[in-house]
Amino acid sequence: MTAVASRAARPPARRRRDRGVDPIPAWQWVVGVLVAVYLVLPALIVIPMSFDGGLTFQFPPTKPSFIQYVRFFTDPVWLGSLGNSFLVAALASLLATTVGTAAAIGLHQLTGRLARFVRTLLMISIVTPAIVIAVAVYISFLQWHLVGTLLGYVVAHAAIGVPFVLVSVTSALGGFDPRLLRASASLGASPWRTFLRVTAPLIARGIVTGAIFAFVTSFDEVVIALFLRSPLFQTMPVQMYNSVTAEIDPTISASATLVVVSVTLVILIPQLARLRRRRPEEAR
Amino acid sequence: MTDTTARTAPAGTPESEAGQPAERRGTQIRLSAVTKDFGLAAPAVDEVSLTIEPGEFMTLLGPSGSGKTTTLNLIAGFETLTSGTIEIDGHDIGRLPPHKRELGMLFQNYALFPHLTVAQNVAYPLRERRVPKAEIAARVAEVLELVQLTGRDHNHPTQLSGGQQQRVALARAIVFHPKALLLDEPLSALDRNLRGALQSEIRRIHREVGSTFVFVTHDQEEAMNLSDRIALFNQGRIEQLGSPEQLYDAPDTLFAARFLGDSNVFELEGGVTGDTTRWEDRAWRVDAATVSRRSGVAERAAVVVRPENLGLVADEKDVPSGANWVRARVRDQEFMGSYRTLQLALGGQERPGRARVSTSDASFAVGDPVVAWWRPERQRIVAA
Ligand SMILES: Nc1ncnc2c1ncn2[C@@H]1O[C@H](COP(=O)(O)OP(=O)(O)OP(=O)(O)O)[C@@H](O)[C@H]1O
Ligand SMILES: [Mg+2]
Repeated sequence: MTAVASRAARPPARRRRDRGVDPIPAWQWVVGVLVAVYLVLPALIVIPMSFDGGLTFQFPPTKPSFIQYVRFFTDPVWLGSLGNSFLVAALASLLATTVGTAAAIGLHQLTGRLARFVRTLLMISIVTPAIVIAVAVYISFLQWHLVGTLLGYVVAHAAIGVPFVLVSVTSALGGFDPRLLRASASLGASPWRTFLRVTAPLIARGIVTGAIFAFVTSFDEVVIALFLRSPLFQTMPVQMYNSVTAEIDPTISASATLVVVSVTLVILIPQLARLRRRRPEEAR
Repeated sequence: MTDTTARTAPAGTPESEAGQPAERRGTQIRLSAVTKDFGLAAPAVDEVSLTIEPGEFMTLLGPSGSGKTTTLNLIAGFETLTSGTIEIDGHDIGRLPPHKRELGMLFQNYALFPHLTVAQNVAYPLRERRVPKAEIAARVAEVLELVQLTGRDHNHPTQLSGGQQQRVALARAIVFHPKALLLDEPLSALDRNLRGALQSEIRRIHREVGSTFVFVTHDQEEAMNLSDRIALFNQGRIEQLGSPEQLYDAPDTLFAARFLGDSNVFELEGGVTGDTTRWEDRAWRVDAATVSRRSGVAERAAVVVRPENLGLVADEKDVPSGANWVRARVRDQEFMGSYRTLQLALGGQERPGRARVSTSDASFAVGDPVVAWWRPERQRIVAA
């Protein structure tokens, strides 16, 4: 508790047992566990499969081995696609975070019909079927000569990442006191400096959350990537798709495992960082 | 008048800013026909002209919605002028964005940065101005001593009480030697005792730094307590401008008389022109010195008497000669600690009024008929 109290930037988070609410009923535990298992199940099958030494898919694994990982990490096609995916996801996330954060801050200060309209416009890609977006992107990118280029992937993936950033930054702004902006201005800080020194630190959690979602969305996006693929530039999900449709290549289970693990890591990093940050203050 | 004390830095701390004495003296702020129209029925600020002198403690006082905050925000640059000009030391600042105006500001809700410590909050304006690190440390320590918060440097704002938070905000707003300090009801979120303590603190700091203060409040006691001069706002205009004494002793309008302090008000049928006037069946003397110079007095006037200037006797024969008087009835009484207030019903109209008597004076009980009297030079004739 001392660690929590000394953080002080926010009121200390209260634990469930402190609040004295009723205990969680048993049926909620049952439902919760069932849902969790259902969600984790694919990973529970794919990960063991990736440690099988056979030439076809085997579950449960019969000959435990690392051969698929060896194949993955020695094959320039797989490695290249992994690198491409990281590059695209990182750049798309950066772009989506910049645009989404700026839009969230701008729209936060506006009310009325125009603001609502723009907000809906930016959110539309969340409800549009992926194939519709993919076709639209493909047709327009053909004209703009962006098909198969890094820029094309980044722009298209950033567009579908923006809504996640918009939502998470908007909710972070809900707890932000706009009077701090005036205080900062009265102390001599320009609007840009105020953003860097006041707004950004206070809504950092929303920005980071949005960036992670945008990254993950791009990293495992396959439909648009299929349309944009070229022999020279493929992302990993596309390479995985190729490997099952064109040939039966069990290396895919290793790559799938890598995707699951890296996405999980990306989501866990901020949580771990938060735990770590708490430690040094505890020592004080 | 505060200029002689303005240069004294807190004892023991070296003066790090020897180069710029002019800034610490405060600056002149001049508003000329300043108007702000939000497109409502009436402008929020309506042709306000006001010159705030260097080093002056000026209070903008007035009821809710009278345009005080809007005026302050216009000076700070948070609102744009509809018309008129604002000058600081003769320079028009109407087009300058807030962060270039070099004006400190104190807010009702403190507006401290929650992610920064006390020391970092206070250092904020200095870091913006790229002051060297060592000097920042010295100036932060100096100003925290000035607001008596030494040793709380590493606390976060939420670990401080409301009064302490406002002191941090005060330290942060003066540490960069702003041209003037603007304060928008900085004490109204605090409880009564704390407010009193911080009032004297603010007065002391005004004396010590000697810069121009513009203070907004709707609390007349606070205004009288702190100010060199008060600008009394009413519906976007300045109703009256003057020292607390002038406003209390010589209000020009009924609004001013009612807003500052208690008063017994006798509204007249018409204006006051000669040396007598009538209220109901009574004829009263008028002392020319007590008549407000507002032109409205000739058309419609009121006689105002402060409760402490009202004497009570049982019979009209006991009224001193030359005094004005009126029959009244005691309606109720309040014990105020050091004195008692008798609530009166004045004259045939039973106008509500009040008089002050000593706690030991038990001559009048609730329901008693009394005669209330006052000297003509103690009344004030205002425009109604
Ligand atoms: N941003 C705004 N948009 C529209 N009207 C406004 C705005 N700010 C203030 N007003 C109006 O201007 C008038 C003056 O408001 P202002 O806040 O200056 O009053 P005030 O004297 O500070 O009152 P209070 O003591 O309640 O703070 C009010 O009628 C208010 O409704
Ligand atoms: Mg106000």
